[in-house]
Amino acid sequence: MTTEQINHHLTDDLLMAYSAGSLPEAFSLVVATHISLCDECRARLGSFDTVGGAMLETCGDAEMSAGALDATMARIMKGAPVQKPRSSGGVFPTPLQNYIGGDLDAVKWRPVGMGVRQAILPTSDDASVRLLYIPAGCAVPDHGHRGTELTLVLQGAFVDEDGRFARGDVEVANEELEHTPVADIGEDCICLAATDAPLKFRGLVPRLAQPFLKI
Amino acid sequence: MFEQTEPNENFASPPKAVHARAGAKVNAGLGRDELRRNGTPRSDDWVDHVARIRDAQDQDAFAELFRHFAPRVKAFLMRSGADASLAEECAQEVMVTLWHKAHMFDPSRASVATWVFTIARNRKIDALRKSNRPEPEDLPWGPEAEPDQEDILTLQQETQALGQALADLPEKQRKLIEKAYFGELSHSEIAAETGLPLGTIKSRIRLALDRLRHAMK
Repeated sequence: MTTEQINHHLTDDLLMAYSAGSLPEAFSLVVATHISLCDECRARLGSFDTVGGAMLETCGDAEMSAGALDATMARIMKGAPVQKPRSSGGVFPTPLQNYIGGDLDAVKWRPVGMGVRQAILPTSDDASVRLLYIPAGCAVPDHGHRGTELTLVLQGAFVDEDGRFARGDVEVANEELEHTPVADIGEDCICLAATDAPLKFRGLVPRLAQPFLKI
Repeated sequence: MFEQTEPNENFASPPKAVHARAGAKVNAGLGRDELRRNGTPRSDDWVDHVARIRDAQDQDAFAELFRHFAPRVKAFLMRSGADASLAEECAQEVMVTLWHKAHMFDPSRASVATWVFTIARNRKIDALRKSNRPEPEDLPWGPEAEPDQEDILTLQQETQALGQALADLPEKQRKLIEKAYFGELSHSEIAAETGLPLGTIKSRIRLALDRLRHAMK
């Protein structure tokens, strides 16, 4: 799953925060899913992890308890935990499949109007993440003008003021970005979208009800 | 935004004292010349230790890795907000994971310190934030049984060079990076911070990317 032609990447601050472990879970899911598709960001993350290794080497040491090594060896001898396979080959990369319990056909979509469907995925509540299904030619729901929003395309494509976003591309939007993403006419579009702004689902429906005409 | 927390002095000992202590321990444990003049163990030696665990379940190699890394992981976790007993517990678990995942370690892509950091970071999120850590898919190719020695050496040298570059940064910039990695900066604080020396950090990217593309052939 590493052969995508990706033009829109994660920002340094997201990669650093992901490496440091300080991103909200919802953002981490988008980052991990993008990196599963994008070698360039995987390599960039490697550099940030290397910084983490350097921090570990220089952060000092705290003495372990007297029997720590023996206790650790005893744990090791109890055997290895079962390791889940970590490579899928489906439409959705493995980290996303882990949240859905399967691939595309396992998503429990809920209609939100005008043919648009969504599925909110369970994460910690400091940010939220959901899958969006936008029929070809429709406008992506306008939901991200507060806080930071990440939108990762998994199928199809959308176009907005920043360009064209296809499978693997991620758009990083903040409060300043006013955008109206429109799904490509060729294929229905599936995105993974995370935001740290509070979600207001009721307000979403009327906006979704506006048909998009200027394709 | 960044003035509130000074590093916890209990565990952020001045570098000299830290190196003296760590050096004494490592010397006592290993009895060989693993320390450079600045007190940093040579990272390619740890690569060999992990290989010995992978190939021969070598408990002596593990003990040496444990003496070096477990106290650092514990200190790292305490700096990140764990109390001593939780940090001790997690440091042991990190070392258990190191043993069981020794076959997953790829020295042409990461140093042992980098690898241990990623295990510790994941454990930290589980234990301190009690939330999941979505991880990228594994690459379709695993570590090669016998990775090219030159690849390993290059990667390990680059890692050393980045570590040195970080050590040579002005105090203010170095503290900023420490804060980010000890979880004292949120994502939006990292995004807003213009003093982060990203050029230094990104110097390694081309090599890492070449390495990935090389492996895909």
